[in-house]
Amino acid sequence: MAPVQKLGNIDLKKRTSQRFAFSFFTLLSYLVVAILFVILGFIIIKGGSVISWDFLTKAPEDGMTKGGIFPAIVGTFYLILGSSIISFPIGIMSGIYMNEYATNGKLVRFIRIMTNNLSGVPSVVFGLFGMSLFVNTLGWGDSIIAGSFTLALMSLPLIIRTTEEALKSIDDSFRHGSLALGATKLQTIRRVVLPMAFPNIITGLILSVGRVSGETAPILFTVAAYFLPQLPGSIFDQCMALPYHLYVISTSGTDIEASRGMAYGTALVLIVIVLVVNLLANLLRNYFAKKVKMN
Amino acid sequence: MIKIDAQNVDFYYGDFHALKNISMQIEANTSVAFIGPSGCGKSTFLRLFNRMNDLIPDTHLEGKIFIDGRDIYNKGEKVDTLRKNVGMVFQKPNPFPKTIFENVAYGLRVNGIKDNEYIEETVVKSLKQVVLWDEVKDKLKDSAFALSGGQQQRLCIARALAISPSILLMDEPTSALDPISTGKIEDLIHELKKEYTIVIVTHNMQQAARVSDKTGYFYLGELIEYGETRKIFTNPEKESTQNYITGRFG
Repeated sequence: MAPVQKLGNIDLKKRTSQRFAFSFFTLLSYLVVAILFVILGFIIIKGGSVISWDFLTKAPEDGMTKGGIFPAIVGTFYLILGSSIISFPIGIMSGIYMNEYATNGKLVRFIRIMTNNLSGVPSVVFGLFGMSLFVNTLGWGDSIIAGSFTLALMSLPLIIRTTEEALKSIDDSFRHGSLALGATKLQTIRRVVLPMAFPNIITGLILSVGRVSGETAPILFTVAAYFLPQLPGSIFDQCMALPYHLYVISTSGTDIEASRGMAYGTALVLIVIVLVVNLLANLLRNYFAKKVKMN
Repeated sequence: MIKIDAQNVDFYYGDFHALKNISMQIEANTSVAFIGPSGCGKSTFLRLFNRMNDLIPDTHLEGKIFIDGRDIYNKGEKVDTLRKNVGMVFQKPNPFPKTIFENVAYGLRVNGIKDNEYIEETVVKSLKQVVLWDEVKDKLKDSAFALSGGQQQRLCIARALAISPSILLMDEPTSALDPISTGKIEDLIHELKKEYTIVIVTHNMQQAARVSDKTGYFYLGELIEYGETRKIFTNPEKESTQNYITGRFG
């Protein structure tokens, strides 16, 4: 009789501690979501009133206390586009090389350690490096192309890493099945492995876009203009960019108090862009995941 | 006619001596079963015939293997050409995440065939060959993943047959299947050996006895005995073979 009783008590204790632990975990995860909503809410309340058609389509006026942020929006899109054109192919191809081709384990490990280290480098260091290499040594000056290259370098480790992981998760049996049919390695990668890994690779690409669109430090010395009423005419022109614009009007504008509203509006636009990009990524990901299954 | 001729084959994984001085001749249009306990080298030996072991780093082969009189490990030999001629079916069904049709068409497409009419004819023919046609003819555009395990394995056989190999290697093709699917595949092997040379690795003794003309018994990297299946199963020469097929070990 006694041992059973004891067992019952342990049971109860186990269950209580489990319930307690899980409630705690749940609470923490809700908290994270709550914080996100608080930030979003704060920005929307403060910045929502500023948003208007003019705000989105006009250049800043009156020492950036009035007008819009159109050049900064366009500049950010240019930088996203420019850095993506550079970093996507290089990153994806490096990831493919590392997971599919490289046979030298030591070399791969070395590259992996290096890319990991690279992803740990503070973004302002990338900015300095970009300035010294692209702006000065190569003589491109403060320009979209210099900023794009700098941002691309910064996002490469993430792209390489996620590509590698995406490829690694594809079971070898698919590769063997293809090779056994007389397909070459390249055909196997292109026709079987990449389509399967694509949904996960896209996630990595989009994460990098999110990061690129929000970074200030790498563009600080390489491309970002303090104020530029007209749009850039070529890739060798400077441009404005949302994160830098936000920084400028919050810290060193002509009249910081007067441009406070503009700052929140800018922040809201930046966040919405990132959210839309993420949403798009999810849609693309689901679309390709479905396509891979059915095709 | 000798289809596959292995001469004094030694194979190493790093320092591990996996195959020891194996010589074997396999005649065209027969089926040969490899049996033996796990780790005896039978799958390793099988994978030498289409050079799948090339994919494993740090391996090393000595001796020669001839298929249709050509030394397949000769420097000038193209491995993708070899694999077109020597098809393979794996232990676990591994259809591609594509439609049923595209799975069978895959081998044709990667080998440069663009004639859609020919591809369609071949896909239909191959699916009929593996007796899968009636089950899938209305859903050729569905994902191959929607098929059952047994159907998937027959699809993989069809996929291999579509590029008209002359040899079909099967590495425990039914070990992941239920008895009914297994029966269907064994029936298929009987049909296929009229046109193809079939080498099958199996852990199932009855299967070896049912589907093969000749059987090779492997143990610890050596080919202990190789001969007519009937003789191996009724009156083996070596005691080790006797012990294995009667289930005393393995």
